[in-house]
Amino acid sequence: MNDSFSFSSLHLDILKEIGNIGSGNATTSLSALLNRKIQMKVPEVNIVSFDEMMDMTGGPEKEIASIFVKIQGDISGSMFFVLPPHEASMLIREMTGNDDFHFQSPPYSDLAVSAYVELGNILCGSYLSALSDMTNLNIQPSVPSAAFDMVGAILTAGLVEISQVADQAIFIETLLLDEKDQYDQMKGQFFLLPDPNSFDKIFNALGAPR
Amino acid sequence: METAGEIVKVGIADIGILKGPGKIRTSGLGSCVGVLIYDLREQLAALVHIMLPDSSSFRGDNLNRAKYADTGIREAITLLKQNGARSHYLKAKIAGGAQMFQLSAAQDMMRIGPRNIEAVKQVLSSLRIPLISEEVGGSNGRTIEFSFVTGMLTIRTVNEGIKEI
Repeated sequence: MNDSFSFSSLHLDILKEIGNIGSGNATTSLSALLNRKIQMKVPEVNIVSFDEMMDMTGGPEKEIASIFVKIQGDISGSMFFVLPPHEASMLIREMTGNDDFHFQSPPYSDLAVSAYVELGNILCGSYLSALSDMTNLNIQPSVPSAAFDMVGAILTAGLVEISQVADQAIFIETLLLDEKDQYDQMKGQFFLLPDPNSFDKIFNALGAPR
Repeated sequence: METAGEIVKVGIADIGILKGPGKIRTSGLGSCVGVLIYDLREQLAALVHIMLPDSSSFRGDNLNRAKYADTGIREAITLLKQNGARSHYLKAKIAGGAQMFQLSAAQDMMRIGPRNIEAVKQVLSSLRIPLISEEVGGSNGRTIEFSFVTGMLTIRTVNEGIKEI
């Protein structure tokens, strides 16, 4: 099966471009929501071991505030938007105007959680609709779901499909930077994990079969 | 030689063995199940971080035995026996198998946690390894650690503190 996961530089570039267009659209949405400029780093395509994937996100035990969306339609896969808990807390306070909201330790306010889910809905939705427009593929995001927990426990939810055929994770990662002021920085991450059989569908749709 | 401060870290879809003093640990279990199999008399413990219930779905060349319930548990037992453990003293403790996200659609793959738990229990029972204690299911990530000092499996969660089983 290893051949399925060797990509030429052209195909790696295509995956990066998908990350670029998707997260570019999501960044625009976030920017409109917060009414300020949000920066986006160049997306990276990572093909790493499961343990390395967790280490890249701060280690398996690091706490994150995550939104998870399952992708269905012509392609399938998983998508995450994650923030460190205190940054997610700041963002939700700003969005709702309620200074009591936080994701530091439970119990979390239902309203704060649903605001965070809605944020994830907007961001993942705009990412995936850009991807759908670009490829002309039918891409349906599931209703998003939030979890405030350990990196390892969260990200493995996106590895169920690929782990059946490989010992590596393949994902497109984009970092968002929100620099409100020098004390108030926010670093959000998008992870797009197409299921193994979806890569060729993406390449074919873009007229670049492997 | 292991020292008293040694911590054996077990990764995802990985297996490790603890001989005598020290600790053995695996971090960030979600839908995965940590299976600890140990021989108290010989002070030997193997820990497997299982991702999937069944290796029969595997279609490649290099099977990672530690990834699946059926092969991972057998691998742990082989490893323990190679190090001098005796079959009839082996006992097990398990933790994990959570469902981290509640999705509205009835998606079979999302039930991987419960399926992992079921498979682990079935394999342990077919190999006649007594399951001493368990902390499974729910929707919390877990980090687990075992040492022969207490003989307890310590489970840390973000949202519900620490438990010992």
